[in-house]
Amino acid sequence: MLDDIAIRLRQNIGIVTAVLLFSILYLLYNFAHPRGFSSAVLVQNGDEIFALAMLAMAQTVPVLASGLDLSVGAVMTMVGCFASYLLTGAADGTPLHLDIFGLQLGLGSFPGGVSGILLGIVVCLATGTLAGFINGCIVVYGRIQPIIATLATGAVYIGIALFLRPTPGGKIDEDLNWAMTNSLGDFAATVHIFDDGAASWFAPVAWIPVPFVLLILIALLVWVPFRRSVLGRAVYAVGSAEGAAYMSGLPIDRAKIAAFTLAGFFAGCGGLFLAIQTSSGNADIPQAGAYTLNSIASVVIGGTSLLGGTGSAIGSIFGAMVLRVISFFFRIFDIAPLLQPLFEGLILLAAVSIGALGVLRVKNTLELFR
Amino acid sequence: MPDAALTRSAFLTLSGISKRYAGVRALEGVDFACERGKIHAVLGENGAGKSTLIKIIAGVVQPDSGTMRLGGSQVSFATPSAANAAGVVCIFQELSLMPDLSVADNISIAAPPRRFGLIDARAQRRRAEQLLAEIGCEDVNPLMRVRDLPLSRRQVVEIAKALGKKPQLLILDEATSALTSADVEKVYAMLARLKAEGVAILYISHRMHEVEALADRASVFRNGRHIETFDKGRRSTADIVQLMIGRDIAAQYPPKPARGSLRPMLAIENLSWDRRLDRISLRVSAGEIVGLGGLDGQGQKSLLLALFGVLRGVSGQITVEGREIRPASPAAAKSVGIALVPEDRKTEGLMLPMSIADNLVIASLDAISRGPLVDRARENEAIKRAIARLQIKIGAPGDAVSTLSGGNQQKVVLAKWLMTDPRIILLNDPTRGIDVGTKQELYRLMRELADQGAAILFYSTDYDELIGCCDRVAIMYDGRIVRELEGDELTETNIIASALNIDAATADAPGAAHA
Repeated sequence: MLDDIAIRLRQNIGIVTAVLLFSILYLLYNFAHPRGFSSAVLVQNGDEIFALAMLAMAQTVPVLASGLDLSVGAVMTMVGCFASYLLTGAADGTPLHLDIFGLQLGLGSFPGGVSGILLGIVVCLATGTLAGFINGCIVVYGRIQPIIATLATGAVYIGIALFLRPTPGGKIDEDLNWAMTNSLGDFAATVHIFDDGAASWFAPVAWIPVPFVLLILIALLVWVPFRRSVLGRAVYAVGSAEGAAYMSGLPIDRAKIAAFTLAGFFAGCGGLFLAIQTSSGNADIPQAGAYTLNSIASVVIGGTSLLGGTGSAIGSIFGAMVLRVISFFFRIFDIAPLLQPLFEGLILLAAVSIGALGVLRVKNTLELFR
Repeated sequence: MPDAALTRSAFLTLSGISKRYAGVRALEGVDFACERGKIHAVLGENGAGKSTLIKIIAGVVQPDSGTMRLGGSQVSFATPSAANAAGVVCIFQELSLMPDLSVADNISIAAPPRRFGLIDARAQRRRAEQLLAEIGCEDVNPLMRVRDLPLSRRQVVEIAKALGKKPQLLILDEATSALTSADVEKVYAMLARLKAEGVAILYISHRMHEVEALADRASVFRNGRHIETFDKGRRSTADIVQLMIGRDIAAQYPPKPARGSLRPMLAIENLSWDRRLDRISLRVSAGEIVGLGGLDGQGQKSLLLALFGVLRGVSGQITVEGREIRPASPAAAKSVGIALVPEDRKTEGLMLPMSIADNLVIASLDAISRGPLVDRARENEAIKRAIARLQIKIGAPGDAVSTLSGGNQQKVVLAKWLMTDPRIILLNDPTRGIDVGTKQELYRLMRELADQGAAILFYSTDYDELIGCCDRVAIMYDGRIVRELEGDELTETNIIASALNIDAATADAPGAAHA
């Protein structure tokens, strides 16, 4: 039994490292913060962490299958632009019309009210999922390397985003914005459940920020079942040894498509939240790029091997949180913001080095190359 | 043609199967049949078509023509999983395990036990424990990642995985080549049990004594054709070898020269490493072939790696021609004239996607370069010489080395090191999975190199080979050299007795140090 625990610990050393690193950094941050350990700080942090955490999860799945998805930031941006049209919450609905180089197309109108918002959320997430599915199909059936395929589709998705929002704009329903980006108590008050959040049993959890709850729900309801499904297992197998996976009769093509599709879904979640949080859509190309690169860094800090086969999206969430906490420090310690990339880089190096410390203990140097 | 009686009771029947790869004939009009409850050996040199035959039966490749019948009905398998579904399960020579997944994951990879649609980790673990127990290998923890297991244990996992698919026809392709002797016994027992249950078993092995011990019937293939099928005991080993290579062979091993005065080349004193090597002292002279014997995993491989600078934290003394060396890396070892033909030619010996030519010169680039640039003329000259010297059968030097057969790949590895003009040649089981003809060429080459003054340290799991090739054999047990055998002492009985370290065997079980 102890043996088993030791084996599991050794196999998950990357995640354990990320969790520890995050815990230490976050505790330090709260001690240093004038209003540390308060719900308000937690809510603010949750809002800032959520989108990157989703993109980190998105990036993890293709990386586990030995791929890389350079389009996650673009999918996020594109879904955000869709959201800024579909989640306005106008009572009488939103008229949809397209203007393609002067050609006017009327597409009817999108329903208003709560049902319209719910439908809009579904459409946004479906858009992200579809974008991921397209990536997967191009990689599998086009036999194109993931890094090139997603570089190209990423540009296309950014193009669509720019088409939708040549300049930042649009609007998100204010109640939706308020409900999603604050604590559970605020959420309950906005949607009028649990006596508007005043129910006595509800009080002990009312302080928890909504984004954290969403993060945990998505991890538990989407990631955990996927990891324990045959398809999820096949994703790990493909990343570990594709030939062996084929010889074992695993559905390789479906696994790869599923990996990219799930990445699209997670990126869509990120884009949706970012739009809700900023109450607008913005086809921000540098931001898309930065999110993509940070998602890769998060995956690595979270203990997932870029070679595929080992790691977990849970680790990547912690990787994303480590990256974000670093930027929080800049606010409270008044460090020149221009130094931020430098520090992020150093932390990334340090985190990766901790993971590589095992190298020093290897007595048979041949094992380094296996 | 299989005779009529055979076809009638057959479980699997192939008729007129042909297959070409890019115009090269791999199988031509093969008729073949095997029965339930029989172990059927398939023999032949590498390139004889055995692998293609298996791949066709297991659904990895499709035949160009011909038909296949299984249990009376015609079948054709588009994928390995289709073959598995029909009860045809193959244990391949190239392991089909995912290194980053756990043993339990790997064993149940194709059809894991499920609850509510999701994989049931606990049931999966129980299943792995059960299957491993069935082949007597309860010592493998199903939670371990396959990556962290030694090669012999991986092969055990591979066998357990195949068993879990409930085979009707089980194909073993060199499936015991990496097993320890103790595990081989367990696998034999398992095969006997399957046979009694009526499973048809196809057995491919280059080890004649295994075939003699196991097979009820054997079929010989040569150049893509089925030559002959015969029952156990109907043909002598010499006959079989004759059928396989289709030409006369004078003696299996080249004669050992009378030993003159010896010039010491390599001297090892009190070499120890990480509880795997225990105060090893050994001398190898120029012109001598010294064997390393014993059970698998007693430190023989570690000793070779230590000499080649791969291991860290080695204590003791290594001297080459009187000068002490401390090789810190393979590059350092190379510079003092040491060469190593490694255990796994596919990962450590060759860069598979690179060309034959690139692989040949990769260890001796200094010798053919002018300044920072490789001299193309000298390179081509060197490649031509190497190919001619080892008689490597190739299409063009520019072809990927992965297109060669196993025996020819091993020749490329050896040729690569001979181009560095080594004084000391370390060989780690170089004939594993290689056909008889190429083996004999390698034996001759080894003797030739020794005669030219090289010192050769040769690890082999095949006792026959050690007796036939070596001037002297050092038997290792639990990281120590327990005995050196020479001249008339060099017999199979002596080797086995020393390998089991019969005097000290009660102290602790073999392999304990390797766990």
